[in-house]
Amino acid sequence: MNAKRIDKLATAVISLLVGVVVLILLSLIGYILVTGLPHISWHFLTSPSQAFLKGGGIGDQLFNSFYLLVLTLVISFPIALGAGIYLFEYAPKNWVTNTIRVAIEVLSSLPSVVVGLFGFLLFVVEFKLGFSILSGAIALTFFNLPLLTRSIENSLTAVPKLQREAGLALGFSRWQTVLGVIFPEALPGILTAVILSAGRIFGEAAALIYTAGQSAPILNFANWNPFSPTSPLNPMRPAETLAVHIWKINSEGIMPDASAVSAGASAVLIVVVLLFNFSARWLGNRIYRKITASK
Amino acid sequence: MKKYSLTENYIHKFDPNKTTIGLSTEDLQVFYGDYHAMYDGNLQFPKNAITAMIGASGSGKSTFLRCLNRMNDDIATVKGKIVYQGIDINAPEINVYEMRKHVGMVFQRPNPFAKSIFKNIAYPLQKAGIKSKVELKERVEKSLRQAALWEEVKDDLNRSALALSGGQQQRLCIARALAMNPDVLLLDEPASALDPISTGKLEQALFELKNQYMIIMVTHSMQQASRTSDYTAFFHMGHVLEFDRTERIFTKPHIQATEDYISGNFG
Repeated sequence: MNAKRIDKLATAVISLLVGVVVLILLSLIGYILVTGLPHISWHFLTSPSQAFLKGGGIGDQLFNSFYLLVLTLVISFPIALGAGIYLFEYAPKNWVTNTIRVAIEVLSSLPSVVVGLFGFLLFVVEFKLGFSILSGAIALTFFNLPLLTRSIENSLTAVPKLQREAGLALGFSRWQTVLGVIFPEALPGILTAVILSAGRIFGEAAALIYTAGQSAPILNFANWNPFSPTSPLNPMRPAETLAVHIWKINSEGIMPDASAVSAGASAVLIVVVLLFNFSARWLGNRIYRKITASK
Repeated sequence: MKKYSLTENYIHKFDPNKTTIGLSTEDLQVFYGDYHAMYDGNLQFPKNAITAMIGASGSGKSTFLRCLNRMNDDIATVKGKIVYQGIDINAPEINVYEMRKHVGMVFQRPNPFAKSIFKNIAYPLQKAGIKSKVELKERVEKSLRQAALWEEVKDDLNRSALALSGGQQQRLCIARALAMNPDVLLLDEPASALDPISTGKLEQALFELKNQYMIIMVTHSMQQASRTSDYTAFFHMGHVLEFDRTERIFTKPHIQATEDYISGNFG
């Protein structure tokens, strides 16, 4: 075979493989949306779930998912940012730094159910935090930190080295260089990393089953006192999230419309995660264009 | 490649009564790990003059230049003395951040910040403690004029610096360095990424700057060295083989290697 035919053949094979990937993804998303979207209504999105009766919604679970997401990001973003900046600028190239990197990689490959069980033993039982949003948020921080740290470090590294030298040559300290020169240019990448990690947090179930718990106590949305047990803001109450709710309905749900609720909840979950992903791309591109002044 | 003696050299020494030396190096040696990149940096740079450093790639000229404002600190081991205003600025106790405000640097590729033209110059000034808006404006304009860029950008200082052409970006980087009021300006092949017209403007700007600044420039272009500089140093394999007045180097060098390099018979 000559080079041209080999090239054609390779292109065809690669296109086929890509086609398979796209097809699987599209059919999965399509199936979930087609089966789930008909069940979604304003009532479904806002009313509390039912354990035995028809017509339950996912209002509390949806709120729990977002609340847990915000709490997790509030805890994990500053830590990941600090760690990312340390690894990028300050970490000496020695075995300690290498050990930290290996530890981050190992942590990022831990199965989330293991993270959940660890969180259960340490926070729920040992620290007596109970099944609570706080326990869940800390467990999700463990789950989220490695990848977020890694992507923040990568975003910082992606800024050309020349920019760092420009800052240093003007008499900036390393901290001033990182904060004033490199961080603004890495911002699109960092934002994208945060939003993508938000998608992962939002869809996580296994790490939460044993930490944030599987029950959704009745919430009173008129009660904004964070210390009251019925307040949605109370971080010490158990909170079943959307993903956990889906898992629970499918394993032990006894309401008559279980499959419909599960399909609707799955569709909502997918839509929210897709929204995160698309907005990450949009926002990243927009900021990048603004910074580089390209049209 | 032809073999040249690395010990035979000709380094012009200045009469301290006639010429003011702005910066000098004594036995400057550079190591990248085990690799010995620079052996015997013994040079004196006179004030108010442009000194060009020429030599083949890997001859150590950029390495040498980067030592002068300690940009090699985390990369290489630098031994020896760099004397500036009677102080050894290569000493470990020197505040490098303060020192770099006196010894500015412009790099091979333009590296403006991803900020507006105005901010590119004003931001480092603000970091250095200048708060007055009037003074910031004055210094931005002055440095842009010095770098021969003012006329081209004065109407849209708020435009992103990244929207400028390569030549304009490089002159912006020079303006940014000048705004800090350095004594010494280090240029690492400042025109290597520029077209001939931009290069011409850049050289013109440098020529007018040498009355106020001491300029040390690495260049690959023989013409640029002969056109713009007053003194030239020839680097070869980590050694300075010759240092003299530029017209002398380009007409009647003392060392055979220099002769071969400038006439293109090298290697």
